[in-house]
Amino acid sequence: MASRFKQALDSGKFVITSEVAPPKGTNLEKMFHHIELLKDKVDGINITDHQSSVMRYPSLGGCLAVSERGGEPIMQMTCRDRNRMALEADLLLAYSRGIRNVLCLTGDAVPVGDHKEAKGVFDLDSLQLLRAIRQLTEGKDLGGNELDGAVEFCMGAIVTPEAQPIEPQLIKFEKKVEAGAEFFQTQAIYDLENFKKFMEYARKFKAKILAGIVLLSSARMAKYMTQNVPGIFVPQALIDEMSAVPKEEMLAKGIEIAGRAIAALKKDKICDGVHIMAIGKEEVVPDILEAAGL
Amino acid sequence: MKSITRQKSPEDIQQGLSGLDRVFIVGCGTCTTMTHTGGIDEVVAMKERLQEQGKRVTGFTVIPTACDDMTELAMKENGPAISSADCILSMSCALGVHRMNLYIGKPIIPAVDTLFIGIEDSPGYFREACAQCGQCLLGETAGICPITACHKGLVNGPCGGTNNGRCEVDKEKDCAWTLIYNRLKEQDRLDLMRKYQPPRNHHVTLAPRSLRIQ
Repeated sequence: MASRFKQALDSGKFVITSEVAPPKGTNLEKMFHHIELLKDKVDGINITDHQSSVMRYPSLGGCLAVSERGGEPIMQMTCRDRNRMALEADLLLAYSRGIRNVLCLTGDAVPVGDHKEAKGVFDLDSLQLLRAIRQLTEGKDLGGNELDGAVEFCMGAIVTPEAQPIEPQLIKFEKKVEAGAEFFQTQAIYDLENFKKFMEYARKFKAKILAGIVLLSSARMAKYMTQNVPGIFVPQALIDEMSAVPKEEMLAKGIEIAGRAIAALKKDKICDGVHIMAIGKEEVVPDILEAAGL
Repeated sequence: MKSITRQKSPEDIQQGLSGLDRVFIVGCGTCTTMTHTGGIDEVVAMKERLQEQGKRVTGFTVIPTACDDMTELAMKENGPAISSADCILSMSCALGVHRMNLYIGKPIIPAVDTLFIGIEDSPGYFREACAQCGQCLLGETAGICPITACHKGLVNGPCGGTNNGRCEVDKEKDCAWTLIYNRLKEQDRLDLMRKYQPPRNHHVTLAPRSLRIQ
């Protein structure tokens, strides 16, 4: 049976996903709180996988917590830390425990994180992981052996509409669609005009596109991201808009900007939904949804 | 193609030589000469430094190419000085250490770390060129190796860390896949980039790798 998230994607409704980051340690209270806060307001909750190469409680553990609380988990899976055998085994475990959605990522580089001397594995890449899941779905592992019980996942991937140059990204996007990616959650987008151009192209493919919405929590963060984070461009007009308000009102302004973007994307049917990343400010995701009129 | 090395710190070398007071130093006339890590100048400087530290340097030599059979001759020619030493301090790359090991029973202590097999792109700038993966893709990637030139060794296109043609792990480094894209486009062979590359075979030859020809 199709996952609840997959049913939402196929229903034609404007799909909302958000994400929760597991803690560094075994105190899970805050993660549980964020899951409770979001589970009835979104169609799927991504659990990040050692995001930015910082070691944390695992994505699979966070996904189980989402399931146990009645939410719909989307398991983020990177290729940075596990070879193909470990990835396959975790997919078997995830499936056996009711997880039905996987977001396949190559993973950030090890040196950007907090275990700089660790070995980056990258035995597979995001594309090969998508194909591996398809093979597991067909009842075979990557060694070509028969499985006693297959898997079935709704598979997704990411794309960076603001990458420069864009053409190599689009080639990879098409390879991911061919590999069976059913949905894409994009890197943060702020320039809706540019995103519309990307969507004119992406509409040619059957995969559903959820626009990445990253909450701007301060003018400084907006400037930092546009200058330092690959594939993120924050238009000067938005940085100015953030800078124009007093510091204590910046978060509220960021919520307003995010809500406005979501409302515009939905109203003009630009894409199939949004993926909201509040990065450390998960508490305000319901406020963003309210600001978007959802 | 050269073996690219970096000298170990004086402290690490001192640590390696602890308890070994009589030292014979071996440099290499090829790769470590080029990287200024074990040519004649560096060997002489090492000799002086060790002497200041109270070591007895019984002799030194720079073998033209320490990884080939000239090493045997050099070991013979320096027989007495090597015999009276407690160890050899090697300022050749690890391949030279392996070669000397064939002929000498004494401890051979490396003074350099072997970093990678690379080429000199511009004077003084060495770049890893080949990871010796055993499944050469260069014909499909416009002569740019995604295994060595991409930080993650990705074979199916760029990751999301590509940043205006640079790599997120090092803003000075070109994104391998932007380079590959540009060159394939110039060659009108972009269809190669659309091709799915399956997972790599990490056991093309079983480790430890060896090959017998005959």
